[in-house]
Amino acid sequence: MKETVYITGASSINPLSLQEPDYKLYITDPAARRRMSRAVKMGVTAALQCLSGAGEMPGAIITATGLGCLSDTEKFLRNLIENKEELLNPTPFIQSTFNTVGSQIAMLTKNRAYNNTYVHRGISFENALLDGMMMLAGGEAENVLVGSYEELTATSFDIQSRLGFFRKGGKSGEGAQFFLLSAKEKSPCILRDLAFAFRPAPDELPEKTAAFLLKNKLLKTDIDMLISGDGGNEEEFTCYDKIEKNFPETPVVKYKHLTGDYQTVSSFALWLGVQIMGKADSPKRILIYNHFRNINHTFILLENSLHHTI
Amino acid sequence: MHFINELKTHIIEELNLEELTPDEMDIDAPLFGNEGLGLDSIDVLELILILEKYYGLKVGTPEEGKQIFRSVRTIADYITANQPQ
Amino acid sequence: MRIVVSGIGTVSAIGLNVLETLHAFAGKKSGLKPLSLFESEHKGKLPVGEVKADNRMLAEMLDIHPGKTISRTALLGMLAAQEAYNDAFLPYRKNEGLRIGFISGTSVGGMDLSEHFYADYLQSPTKGRLRQVVSHDCGDSTEKIAFSLGISDYVSTVSTACSSGANAIIAGARLIKHNFLDCVIVGGTDALCRFTLNGFASLKIVDEQPCRPFDESRQGLNPGEGAGYIVLEKDTNRYPQSYGYILAGANICEAFHQTASSPEGEGALLAMQTALQNADLQAGQIDYINLHGTGTPNNDLAEGNAVRKLFGATPPSLSSTKAYTGHTLGACGGIEAVFSLLAIKYGLVLPNLNFTNPIAEHGLIPETEYREHRKIKTVMSNSFGFGGNMSSLIFSAV
Repeated sequence: MKETVYITGASSINPLSLQEPDYKLYITDPAARRRMSRAVKMGVTAALQCLSGAGEMPGAIITATGLGCLSDTEKFLRNLIENKEELLNPTPFIQSTFNTVGSQIAMLTKNRAYNNTYVHRGISFENALLDGMMMLAGGEAENVLVGSYEELTATSFDIQSRLGFFRKGGKSGEGAQFFLLSAKEKSPCILRDLAFAFRPAPDELPEKTAAFLLKNKLLKTDIDMLISGDGGNEEEFTCYDKIEKNFPETPVVKYKHLTGDYQTVSSFALWLGVQIMGKADSPKRILIYNHFRNINHTFILLENSLHHTI
Repeated sequence: MHFINELKTHIIEELNLEELTPDEMDIDAPLFGNEGLGLDSIDVLELILILEKYYGLKVGTPEEGKQIFRSVRTIADYITANQPQ
Repeated sequence: MRIVVSGIGTVSAIGLNVLETLHAFAGKKSGLKPLSLFESEHKGKLPVGEVKADNRMLAEMLDIHPGKTISRTALLGMLAAQEAYNDAFLPYRKNEGLRIGFISGTSVGGMDLSEHFYADYLQSPTKGRLRQVVSHDCGDSTEKIAFSLGISDYVSTVSTACSSGANAIIAGARLIKHNFLDCVIVGGTDALCRFTLNGFASLKIVDEQPCRPFDESRQGLNPGEGAGYIVLEKDTNRYPQSYGYILAGANICEAFHQTASSPEGEGALLAMQTALQNADLQAGQIDYINLHGTGTPNNDLAEGNAVRKLFGATPPSLSSTKAYTGHTLGACGGIEAVFSLLAIKYGLVLPNLNFTNPIAEHGLIPETEYREHRKIKTVMSNSFGFGGNMSSLIFSAV
């Protein structure tokens, strides 16, 4: 992509915090707040935190989620089943749509710009990022808000457990991360590029990595840090191992033992990358690699603008 | 007064007005519009549900509902007038 | 570079493919019938736009083993997407080295199965068949459809309620414009299920009679189902045929209310204005508008007011096709894109069924007769959703 994309804002609400933020401080209108589920409050608050330092309104709001507003979905389903389709409260139905967070952000910030929601399993967040990067590259917007939200419910935990996800070390998780991408304003962290791979064989991964780096005119040795999605799940280890062995000299950072795993968890990896790039002795380039259940694989390349040569 | 308090409690619970207690709820304050509680069209549907669920009263259309739901008192009056004895 | 539409495919209450759909339009045959697809309080009563094939028949048409548990959303999607894929001759173009993507819009994904799982699960957390819940997420139907087409270069799913299909089309066009893909199949799919049916019923915006879009007496919408996809590609590709160009799309958020449109139609106006701007067109250059026109009092008032504001006293030919198909939710952006392209290709005027009297506030009179061989060069297609997610697409003849 021609345009340089800077990450000028980043926020995260994640299981590492000792307690959830006081949502009232961010969503100050009680009328707006009262219908919001935890997922919506979490997503909207992360977005508002991200925007709090920004001068201009974003020219696009792009949201990602794997399972959307689960607790509202369950609530409406339960009412429907228990009340035999009669006397149903419409609120959980309204709030259950996947675009609730994106549209609430728009409503609370009175932003009528482009507004989209991506919902494709482990690549929802990367789909949203790609859309945002292209909008910047095409001059459709000068800055865009991109983020994700995911909530864990007792039901989704039960289902993961019954599907055997925890048997080999998988952990469930949740969280919301939002980012402000800008083509105009500069920051230390450049979002250089991203790539997808659908169901590659583990042996194809080094080649896919090389192709991605080559496209960006880089060699393996140009990568100074790898953020790996390995979270100790044996069933997902092979692919991470392939990538990590492909960068034998590069320091590897892992995070899923802290956040758990969920469809849009790579947004936490990006948040981590942005934090690291903001440090004085930051690496020049960070590669983020993640895959979801061995099916959807993604690479995100970050570059420090202080080292950036044009 | 017990009946009024019960009605207020149903409204607070079903409409998620968590930050309000029945005592704080003015019986004559407008429920809709900027000077009142600021309820909207979705709340009309929920208020219709309250009448149906707890008082066995059917309100035909949301338009009809808007007349009944001006304040807690107008709702209470409607219930009293229409309650099967 | 321009983006051409080289293939179309659709399934809805009025047909299992494009040809059946054309016949239904010509014969002014609505697909609305009392619900029969599944057990419900509304069964036999509420008119809905059901696809006239059960899951077993769909599986048979798709050569899928009938014992396989696949969501209806995926089955409907496969039928329409395969029609579009074949229509663009893509099975015979493997040697062209095209980077092909698939982007699908859906509002509820595999809910038609997961609502069964959840009923059992409520009895006990150990109950419920897992195979009925693993397809719950929206990505499941998309991946199954993409797999059936052999697409793996790029796969994505969009969900913005009832504008999902339109927003998938806008997203796909952007990927081609930026040379990320050479070709992309885009649109939407949604199956009727108890969840959405009761959701709309709880909002009291469902008409117990067949819907009457843009009529003064309208009472609400009829939920429907189906899928519609179009094939977008670079006009430098060697595509075998074309239905027209996609000139532009606009995706905006009204930021007004979670479910209602502003009665003045500010959001609808902004979506249509932005689409015109992006297409570099004047309002007067639009020949036909395929309205969102759900038949709810709120939508048809707001959308009509916006049309009046933008097009003035002499608006172009316009109609809502929802009285044929019902409101197909996340699929309608895709299905109605197919209708719009048919209007261009064959010069069709698609009638707005069940219209008698115009809405007092804007007085718009939609087309009520089916006509062929008209000169229709440029078409606008509107899709509006919950959350104020409103989109407008513009297609033109080649």
